[in-house]
Amino acid sequence: MNHSVELKDHQRELYYFKLRLVIAAGLVLLLFFLLFLRFFYLQVLQHEHYSTLAENNRISIVPIVPNRGLILDRNGAVLAHNYSAYTLEITPSKVENLEALINQLANLVEITPKDRKRFHKLLEESKNIESLPIRTRLNDVEVARFAVNHYRFPGVEIKARLFRHYPLGEMTAHVIGYISRINDDDLEWLEEKGELANYRGSDYIGKTGLEQRYETQLHGKTGFEQVEIDANGRAVRTLSRTPPVSGSNLLLALDARLQEFAEKAFGNYRGALVAIEPSSGGVLAFVSKPGFDPNLFVDGIDPQNWDALNNSPDKPLTDRALRGQYPPGSTFKPFLALAGLELNKRSPQYSINDPGYFTLPGSSHRYRDWKAGGHGVVDLHKSLVVSCDSYYYSLAYDLGIDNIHSFVSQFGMGQKTGIDIEGEALGLLPSQEWKLKRFKEKWFAGDTVSVGVGQGYNLVTPLQLANATAILANNGIAFRPHLLRYVQDSKTSQLQILPSEVLYRLNFKPANLALVKNALIDVTGPGGTAARAGANSPYPIAGKTGTAQVIALKQNEKYVENRVDERQRDHALFIAYAPADNPQIALAVLVENGGHGAATAAPLARQVLDFYLLGKRPQSALPAPNKNQEADD
Amino acid sequence: MIKRLWHYLTAHIDGFLLGAVCLLMLLGLFVLYSATGQNLAKTSNQFVSMLVALAVMWAVSNVPPQHLMRLSLPMYALGMALLIAVALFGDVVNGARRWLHIGVTRIQPAEIMKIVVPLMLAWYFDKHEAVLRLRNYVVATLLLLVPVALIARQPDLGTAILITAAGFYVLFLAGLSWRIMLSFLVLGVASLPVLWSVLHDYQRQRILTLLDPTTDPLGAGYHTIQSTIALGSGGVTGKGWLNGTQSHLEFLPERHTDFVFAVFSEEFGLFGNLLLLFLYVLVIGRGLVIASNASTLFTRLMAGAITLTFFTYAFVNMGMVSGILPVVGLPLPLISYGGTSLVTICLGFGILMSIQTHKKLVKT
Repeated sequence: MNHSVELKDHQRELYYFKLRLVIAAGLVLLLFFLLFLRFFYLQVLQHEHYSTLAENNRISIVPIVPNRGLILDRNGAVLAHNYSAYTLEITPSKVENLEALINQLANLVEITPKDRKRFHKLLEESKNIESLPIRTRLNDVEVARFAVNHYRFPGVEIKARLFRHYPLGEMTAHVIGYISRINDDDLEWLEEKGELANYRGSDYIGKTGLEQRYETQLHGKTGFEQVEIDANGRAVRTLSRTPPVSGSNLLLALDARLQEFAEKAFGNYRGALVAIEPSSGGVLAFVSKPGFDPNLFVDGIDPQNWDALNNSPDKPLTDRALRGQYPPGSTFKPFLALAGLELNKRSPQYSINDPGYFTLPGSSHRYRDWKAGGHGVVDLHKSLVVSCDSYYYSLAYDLGIDNIHSFVSQFGMGQKTGIDIEGEALGLLPSQEWKLKRFKEKWFAGDTVSVGVGQGYNLVTPLQLANATAILANNGIAFRPHLLRYVQDSKTSQLQILPSEVLYRLNFKPANLALVKNALIDVTGPGGTAARAGANSPYPIAGKTGTAQVIALKQNEKYVENRVDERQRDHALFIAYAPADNPQIALAVLVENGGHGAATAAPLARQVLDFYLLGKRPQSALPAPNKNQEADD
Repeated sequence: MIKRLWHYLTAHIDGFLLGAVCLLMLLGLFVLYSATGQNLAKTSNQFVSMLVALAVMWAVSNVPPQHLMRLSLPMYALGMALLIAVALFGDVVNGARRWLHIGVTRIQPAEIMKIVVPLMLAWYFDKHEAVLRLRNYVVATLLLLVPVALIARQPDLGTAILITAAGFYVLFLAGLSWRIMLSFLVLGVASLPVLWSVLHDYQRQRILTLLDPTTDPLGAGYHTIQSTIALGSGGVTGKGWLNGTQSHLEFLPERHTDFVFAVFSEEFGLFGNLLLLFLYVLVIGRGLVIASNASTLFTRLMAGAITLTFFTYAFVNMGMVSGILPVVGLPLPLISYGGTSLVTICLGFGILMSIQTHKKLVKT
């Protein structure tokens, strides 16, 4: 009985098991049938739809790089343009032995050691970038010779590219700047700005100057081409095209002829000149001497040229107009004079009897005037005309450093002017607070005395000095100095006018302004420190000479120019605007180690003014650096 | 002599099953050659893996089921220990803690559990054969769910699902009552929100993407979109061997591993799919016949579970490639590139063959 029950159970169990197996088998078939239905749906019913999609997958999108905008001066002269040329480019990822390949290529086209070095430098700098040029600007013979042998060089291509060129070369190097190959830092910057897509296919980006500042406007918008590709990724035909939008042209306030003239006027001197149109703040000339050839940088500079530029004691890569910081010397005096009048520390009639030095109350230390024996009786007008130091020692002392700081600040010194080039230096307009912060030291009265003649802690850039002069010429209306006047749409040629921006208006008493400005006119007249530079001018020039000490003198030491090493000689400065009754140009000139302002800077300024206002080219060049000069200032 | 050697070699081989398996493997080699971009090295590599897998199959087929049964408990214990070790000291690769270092090599214990879990459950039911009560099903469920939970935590959703399926098949074939299954189903549906909250972000994304792949065409939906394009553009007859544009233009991701079916289907079309389904049905059908003929509860359950697990592999993989199931990392059995799953699957077939061929010996 038991046995039969067990057997029966066993059979029942087996039956149930088999039943479940059958159910499972049914499920298997059902689910496979479901799959089949899905396959049928995809492969029969929707076949055409998916075929189209698969075709679309074979379509590739190729970027078309826009032409970079041109840069033109105020008269339409071209300062940066593009030209088409062939380059020989290597895709390093496709090449096993780079050296061997380059050696083989050298049998076909000339590859100089400079080319090799530049290529390796590019290779180090740009890991993420596909193809790099080994040779640029191939001639037709070289192109043909390589084309015939192309099959031997997988990973090497000839490409027609647009190159940037700067016709004025080093004349405009610092203003225009240059473009160069996009490196990893640039990529990061582009990614941050969300501009990476717009730079697909682009190899270059503005690195300095206006090329950098107006990169967005100059670059344009990248176009796209839909291309059908075959299984090997080769383009078969173009399906659609979204044309690129060329970058906009920049029309500058800069006058290229003036720029070129001023640059040449420096001769062998180093220095800077900034000329501004007072009525708009437009920068007419922006010179930093010496310059460099920006064309060297466009395709990556070779190490030899780079070292030469970078290690030169003349520092040609430094933009002196923008970043050079110098003591303003006596060019500081007009601003101080106005401060004295405006803050009622001096009246026009107030005069001193100048013994040739100044002493602080209770001290025997003598702050010497540049003229031994002094200028006799000196009022404010005369103090500017003869550039009397003693007058300003005492004026500065009476004003106090904080008054000087806050008043002269209004002329834009010790701060960025806001010009449209990156990297402006701040300069330095000292105050009690600044010294405490910087040196953890309190301000001494003696510090103020030195500031009175533009020495001491005071530092300005040539741009700041020109800007301050323009504000003075403009009776206190301060424009933002700017190089760019118009942005021109490359397609419609429509001009987008960038209105001159008035930053602020300073309300000085007209009588005070007139007093200072008249004195500045007399500086270039008979008896003034710049009398020689101003002689026989058909238009009135307002100006002020300045001399900035490079080395400090001991108490009783006399500065004898010929005894001092050339690079330790004083810097010559001159600020001016003309015609004085209706200023069209305001400028600041700095001649490094040029000696007295009247000797080098003022004649240079006169030449530039004559050229700009009269279209006149001078007969004689500047006096050579070694010649003995008359003493002044 | 040769006859005896031949007998020795083939005594425990099931010719029908071997034939179907070898046909699938051969098909796999052809597809792989295309999917790897005609990479002979990878293809021959896979060929070597196949030989190893067949050797394992042969070896296991010679182990009598009773021995396997005796190994069940120790192997389960070892497997659990390894899983716990992974959870504690495992290597993290691609955000998942799946690998365990043992001396010079490293292993993925979850892979072994695909066989060990059904083995354990079959042993358990066999041991309590005469008196199967609700309590036994509860214990069996626990024996299943503990390793599954550990594996899902790694996280390895594909393997966890597969082992759950394998365990469930044992329970199902052991006679789990319909009422309980139904109530579990209801419970399962009800607990979906809870399950949702414990899923990893990428797992949730996969499920969301399944519902609408176009929401994320370059991210999570990319796989599905590209693979359905491959299938659909293949049409009835396919684009021909080595002519798939989706695969050869490199639009298809993981095209020689989990998504190899897309390459196959693009190049061989609906006809190719039918052939593949047919071969799978042959293997599964043979497996179910072996199960129905098996002599003990243990062997019956084991054979059934192995066969149905194999089916699950195939169904889930083809389902995900054709876009009706979420993308879980399961290979197409016997076709996808990779030695591990190949060996595990053939080990299962070895057990099937052992069950089929040792039955006669028991009877006589």
